Amino acid sequence: MVSCRRIAVLVPYALACAPKSSLADSILSPAGPVSAGDRIILLDALVIMLAIVIPTMLTTLAFAWWFRASNGRATYRPNWTYSGRLELLVWSIPTLVIFFLGGVIWIGSHQLDPFNPLRSAAKPLEIDVVALDWKWLFIYPQQGVASINRLVVPVGVPLHFRITSASVFNDFFVPRLGSQVYAMNGMTTQLNLMADRPGRFLGLSAQFSGDGFSDMVFDAVARPHAQFSQWVAEARARGPMLDRAGYRALLRQSRNVAPYTYRGVMPGLFDAVAARAVPQSDGPKKRGAIPSGGT
Amino acid sequence: MSAADTTIAVRDPYHVGHAGESRARGHGGGGPASRRVVVGYGFWLFLLSDIVIFSCLFAAYAVLAGATADGPSSKQIYDLNRVAWETGCLLASSFFCGMASIAVARRSQILTQVTLLITGLLGVAFILLEISEFAALHAKGDGPTRSAFLTGFFTLVGCHGLHVTVGLLWLGTMMAQLFAKGFRADIRRRFLCFTMFWHFLDIIWVAIFSLVYLVGTKL
Amino acid sequence: MSFFGKLSWNAIPFDQPIPLTAAATVIALFTAVLVWIAVKGYAPYFWKEWITSVDHKRIGVMYCVLGLLMLLRGFIDAIMMRTQQALAFHAQGYLPPEHYDQIFSAHGTIMILFGAMPLVVGLMNFVVPLQLGVRDVAFPTLNSVSLWLTATGALLVNLSLVLGEFARTGWLPYPPLSELRYSPGVGVDYYLWAVQIAGVGTLLTGINFITTILKTRAPGMTYLRMPMFCWTSLATCLLIIAAFPVLTATLAMLTLDRYLGFHFFTNTAGGNAMMFTNLIWAWGHPEVYILVLPAFGIYSEVISTFSSKPLFGYRSMVIATMFICIVSFCVWLHHFFTMGAGGDVNAVFGIASSIIAVGTGVKMYNWLFTMYGGRLRFTTPMLWSMGFMITFITGGMTGVMLAVPPADFLLHNSMFLVAHFHHVIVGGVVFGVLAAIAYWFPKAFGFRLHEGWGKAAFWFAFVGFYVTFVPFYVLGFLGMTRRMQHYNVAEWYPWIMASAFGILILIGGIVCQVIQLVVSIRRREELRDVTGDPWDGRSLEWATASPPPVFNFAVLPHVGGVEAYWNVKQRAREDLRLGQEPHYEPVEMPRNSPTGFICAFFATVIGFSLIWHIWWLAILGFVGAYATFVGFAWRDVPEYVIPAEDVARIDRANRAVRQEALAGAPPS
Repeated sequence: MVSCRRIAVLVPYALACAPKSSLADSILSPAGPVSAGDRIILLDALVIMLAIVIPTMLTTLAFAWWFRASNGRATYRPNWTYSGRLELLVWSIPTLVIFFLGGVIWIGSHQLDPFNPLRSAAKPLEIDVVALDWKWLFIYPQQGVASINRLVVPVGVPLHFRITSASVFNDFFVPRLGSQVYAMNGMTTQLNLMADRPGRFLGLSAQFSGDGFSDMVFDAVARPHAQFSQWVAEARARGPMLDRAGYRALLRQSRNVAPYTYRGVMPGLFDAVAARAVPQSDGPKKRGAIPSGGT
Repeated sequence: MSAADTTIAVRDPYHVGHAGESRARGHGGGGPASRRVVVGYGFWLFLLSDIVIFSCLFAAYAVLAGATADGPSSKQIYDLNRVAWETGCLLASSFFCGMASIAVARRSQILTQVTLLITGLLGVAFILLEISEFAALHAKGDGPTRSAFLTGFFTLVGCHGLHVTVGLLWLGTMMAQLFAKGFRADIRRRFLCFTMFWHFLDIIWVAIFSLVYLVGTKL
Repeated sequence: MSFFGKLSWNAIPFDQPIPLTAAATVIALFTAVLVWIAVKGYAPYFWKEWITSVDHKRIGVMYCVLGLLMLLRGFIDAIMMRTQQALAFHAQGYLPPEHYDQIFSAHGTIMILFGAMPLVVGLMNFVVPLQLGVRDVAFPTLNSVSLWLTATGALLVNLSLVLGEFARTGWLPYPPLSELRYSPGVGVDYYLWAVQIAGVGTLLTGINFITTILKTRAPGMTYLRMPMFCWTSLATCLLIIAAFPVLTATLAMLTLDRYLGFHFFTNTAGGNAMMFTNLIWAWGHPEVYILVLPAFGIYSEVISTFSSKPLFGYRSMVIATMFICIVSFCVWLHHFFTMGAGGDVNAVFGIASSIIAVGTGVKMYNWLFTMYGGRLRFTTPMLWSMGFMITFITGGMTGVMLAVPPADFLLHNSMFLVAHFHHVIVGGVVFGVLAAIAYWFPKAFGFRLHEGWGKAAFWFAFVGFYVTFVPFYVLGFLGMTRRMQHYNVAEWYPWIMASAFGILILIGGIVCQVIQLVVSIRRREELRDVTGDPWDGRSLEWATASPPPVFNFAVLPHVGGVEAYWNVKQRAREDLRLGQEPHYEPVEMPRNSPTGFICAFFATVIGFSLIWHIWWLAILGFVGAYATFVGFAWRDVPEYVIPAEDVARIDRANRAVRQEALAGAPPS
């Protein structure tokens, strides 16, 4: 009973973790303007609805308690089935709330559309994202380097992502930076984010993509600009070249790939992937024969 | 129907639609509607749901129409002459199907069988024309696996062809039933459904003819 | 290609002990039941009275049994998922991804399509003709076909435990993952054929019940006199005939891609996978209303009955129901705001989605005002309804949050989403179904369910539900996405453990529910419902005996207003005697027919052989199905007659006990 023993060990551990598990690392503590904007809309919607949800719940409980059959003091109105005023109220309260919320939705959808460029004095950093089985490829076209399973970005610079998939659907998501967008084969989506504080954030795929899905987790590291440039310089100095053969190797399914960088990338790779001009991911070779680790 | 049925129908007008010949139309006032209304209504609903299936296929065709993947486009493969013949066959067969309804109403076995036979033969001619179109495309390597556009085309038109084929099977069965069982009430109800189905196939074809072939050759 | 297509001994997962043991247990239980039936000599009884039955009440009960069994199967999957995630922090747990992925796919598929759907359809089957005051549905044999086709789908899904594998794609098999290139096994094929066959059954149910509700009602039962459950059933069936064909077409396209190399959704030759996502949700979103609308009808009946009051704002309720029915077709895109469709599209669909909340809000308030001024009896069905109101408000609120695109950009596909749809589906549909079972059980079997165990089941389930699913909201805020087989994030771990603890409480609820059934059967004499009206009901199903005779009503009732039965009952209470004895006439009922069962047999053959590429067997299956249709079409005597004397005898017995009860009861 291996699992029993594990539970015995893990339960105390879980309890020990509990105080640590504040909402500090949640989407409610934004690390960038986009997630801050998303959060405001989220909380607005929540507060607007709580304003009627809480009274409704309390009324439900109150009515249920007061009109219990054993309560002799409650008036029994066996024929009370219609009231024009109440009907009006019943229809207008939810309608008004939805009117209000509809405004929030309309404004929010337009202001926070992931395709919208961010307003900033700095020139945006371009990052091309390719979802693979089962790892993320981040190409930095302006710097000419690429990275697997680690996204390194400068703080305070708008980030412009172009996202596609060389395989099945995935969903590029760094919760604390904000909005997520699908990575779809044969299509290019865009996403504009910005980190306004340094840190190491959780990044993941939010769309199930097969057996290696749980390993499509990556670190999103936001660094001050100088450190970012240093990282680029280091990346340029070592690591393999991402050429046709290198890309071919990436198309094989693999799980739990440790992050590494490419010192150079063949030009036009992202556009070729998005246009389906290069081969697609291989898919499984044989049942149960999926290599783990490395490429 | 059996003798018991007719006697009950008279005595029990609110029969739950199993055999009674209620005059009620089912709007509530007069109790359950007659079996004929119930069956016809149910079949209409089935046809509506079938129309939804075709709408999906039309939508898929529209989405994929431009995705030729370097294969042929609609203009290069549609042959309006053949389509005209196909349309002619199907419309004529619907006409004879209508004649068969009149024959059934007049309880004429010979006329019914003859008109239904012509309906069926025209249907077979339509199917043969369609098969020849598909076979020719396939022979040139432009089958449904060639491109997403051809996938959409073959599926939409093929689904209609499959409906016609099933209709032909039903037609044969229907003729045998009319012959063996005569103009019994339940057989007539079934025949009513068949005619509705056959005319429905025409309606779908008119949509295919205009939205697929006519629009496709113009593009 | 070999004689048996892709099928070989390798299909049986000898190397995986968990599915193998599960399958062996199920097969052993199944065989034991069959042997017990054979040894006890019950086989002819089951064949004549149940399997070939076209009686809507029997079919309804069989649907519910199927649904409850599948609910248990799906719940076992849920337990495995919770324990896996509890063990998979910095570890692989006990389920490898290849197995875990099948489990959550099967959990969703089974719970929605083979658990909730049969239960909802089963309740409609049992209740709607009784409430309409008629003797059967419009097409009784077709009804039996629907049942057995649904059972075929369930059988195929469960067969994947033993032979081959189930889909590893999630409950909606999004291409390209579900295309042959990325899912070469038979799992997706099992999904496709099981759902396709069951879907045809559901479509036929929709046709059958719309015809029944619109064309066969007792005299005087105008539209605005129909009980609320009939209205919501009508709305559901309208959704079924408009939405299920979309499912049929979409799955057919994926099938063509996988079997014949077509390019609807492939990554090559111009295929468009997003088209699948759009089409499947054009079915999928109405599908959730297909499930929840009948549940709304159930709550309307239960709350009105146990508040001893008519439903408040009946017309509003009807309008709200039809409003939800229509708007539910205009919101599918909210399942993928993150596709990047742009501000205008997202805003329109976001607003449309939240507009649905107007309809549900109106319903919520009308239930509230139904309780106002009532005399509330907190029986088990009423407790489930109260639990529903609280849970559904929360679920609805989080649903509207997800309908706000910028919020969805943070919460899409997260555990928050999982928490939301469990709040509305468990809190809405499952609570409703359990309320309905407690409510109509005495009508179906002639005795009530034990209240004590029922209440225990409610409290365990209610508390267990919240302990399991509230942590999911927090996990969603912590960025956890759904369907993770393992994870390394320490912040998530305590909440996942809390949820795993919650499922232990839920297990307690299910145990109580099972004990309740056993206890009730053993003590059925003291729980006997003699009059046929155990709850002081208001609609026509309570006007007949429990269990109702095969013909439901000796004479079709004449409906004089809303709450058809309540008015008659009040008059009888004032006069202290029943109305005049009607003039009894012979009743004609449809004969039983094995058509449905044989159809399903061939459907199973066809589905199975297509999954495994055994082409000759598939052709045989189609020929057999055609032969079955012809055989059915050729029969000459579809009905039998119950003589007037028998009808009179059965009805007089019920009238006698009702008269007795009337004399004993104090005038109201």
